[in-house]
Amino acid sequence: MVAPRPDTAFAVHDPLAAVTLRLTVNGAVTEVSVEPWTTLLDALRERIGLTGTKKGCDHGACGACTVLIDGRRVLSCLTLALSARDGAITTIEGLAAPDGTLHPMQRAFAEHDALQCGYCTPGQIMSAVAVLAEADAGRPSAATDPAHRVTGRADLDEREIRERMSGNLCRCAAYQNIVAAVREVAEATDPSRP
Amino acid sequence: MQPFSYVEPRSRAEALRLAQAYPEARFLAGGTTLVDLMKSGVVHPPMLIDVNRIGGLDEIEAAEGSLRLGALARMSDAASHEAVRTQAPGLSESLLFAASGQLRNMASLGGNLLQRTRCLYFRDRHFPCNKRAPGSGCGAIDGENRALAVLGTSAACIANYPGDFAIMLVALDGTVYLDGPAGERAVPAATFHRLPADTPHIETVLAPGEMITAISLPLGALSRQSRYLKVRDRSSYEYASVSVAAAADFAPDGTIRDARLALGGLAAKPWPVTEAALLLAGRRPDDPVAMGRLMDAAVDGARPRSGNAYKVPQARSAIRRAFATLARRSARSVA
Repeated sequence: MVAPRPDTAFAVHDPLAAVTLRLTVNGAVTEVSVEPWTTLLDALRERIGLTGTKKGCDHGACGACTVLIDGRRVLSCLTLALSARDGAITTIEGLAAPDGTLHPMQRAFAEHDALQCGYCTPGQIMSAVAVLAEADAGRPSAATDPAHRVTGRADLDEREIRERMSGNLCRCAAYQNIVAAVREVAEATDPSRP
Repeated sequence: MQPFSYVEPRSRAEALRLAQAYPEARFLAGGTTLVDLMKSGVVHPPMLIDVNRIGGLDEIEAAEGSLRLGALARMSDAASHEAVRTQAPGLSESLLFAASGQLRNMASLGGNLLQRTRCLYFRDRHFPCNKRAPGSGCGAIDGENRALAVLGTSAACIANYPGDFAIMLVALDGTVYLDGPAGERAVPAATFHRLPADTPHIETVLAPGEMITAISLPLGALSRQSRYLKVRDRSSYEYASVSVAAAADFAPDGTIRDARLALGGLAAKPWPVTEAALLLAGRRPDDPVAMGRLMDAAVDGARPRSGNAYKVPQARSAIRRAFATLARRSARSVA
């Protein structure tokens, strides 16, 4: 056993013990029982009942499990639920307004038919929402010319969107329409446009 | 995953104490390699020491001609950092060309250096692998080896080092800072990774209980004119078949004053080509003799297997292309 120490923030010493955590998901604090090896993805789906977040490869390769933690997109299949307990988690269920009005990205995906089977769609949409925020924050991508400075989502041309969304695979290959949907939202919500 | 206990130290000292008390424990940072390999049963530590709540390990600072990156800084934050982008653009490129947006938000720089090989035999525990199970043999040498190494391999292992950031770090004369039971020490990035020889399961010079605390590199003419060129099967979200980390300081007449080169994707560890400075000094990147000698030196000793001989000519072309691009960028910034 590990002796309790003042400079240990948190510990689960018994590998077989379940611990009760408070996770903040879509603005609501939820108590959930997890083991140390429970991923955030499994906690969301199996313990909290939020099945919108999908399990694709479960190895960090496909992007279907993408959620936001404190606004940053991450893979919930490679995040331990224990490590996520301090963050504000947003899943696909948290994007629409309380009255059910869809988020602009959700609406654009529907209008552009940016899916076939739909399994990757929640991850695609969560990733796309984060892509806009990353562009707003001036973050470059591998498609950005090193001499160029990203100033906002207006810089998200097709090449940039394809590069920034490359971590979300779509086995139905709805990529054309996904890019169109993301591009439309980027243009329509660009704060620098009149 | 096999069950494990989980501890979150608040301080570096407590993390090191735990690591020393529990030698089988592993540090958890971004988890993008470790949790994946735990799910595959490739590694199964009985305890994870989550270091993410230790303060002061994620800072990025550029001062006095040096860039210092905390080991817990995330790939995306380092790649986007103003000083990194403007003073070491090749380093930013090496981070942005790796993985995906989600993974770069998670993965730490320290963990990135320790990224494990993508060799299929290492990742599938049903096959023999001297890296995963020492003494069990190597399935790759006479097997599916298209993605694997042609440089630095041994009779025990032909796995390639898969990372990108470490390649640029080696090219730019970076340093890795460690802390552990014997105190703090600094290791040149070029000697941080080990060749497989007959112990491919030992991949770095990290001693038991040691952690990476920071990474640094000198900022100057070389880092400001650095480029990372990655050749791969897909244009994004794919490992390198060959990558080139190149830097060159150009004189106003277009000749090279000083140069650095390291290769990735095709070697057992980040592969410095130390002859670059000597062979390119006073030459232009389009000098066929100098470039030919550099390409020869870069792949000297290459030992291709059944499926990966293509990497040798691919590396030669990529080296020429990387320096040609640097020359164009330099001319553009002068003009």
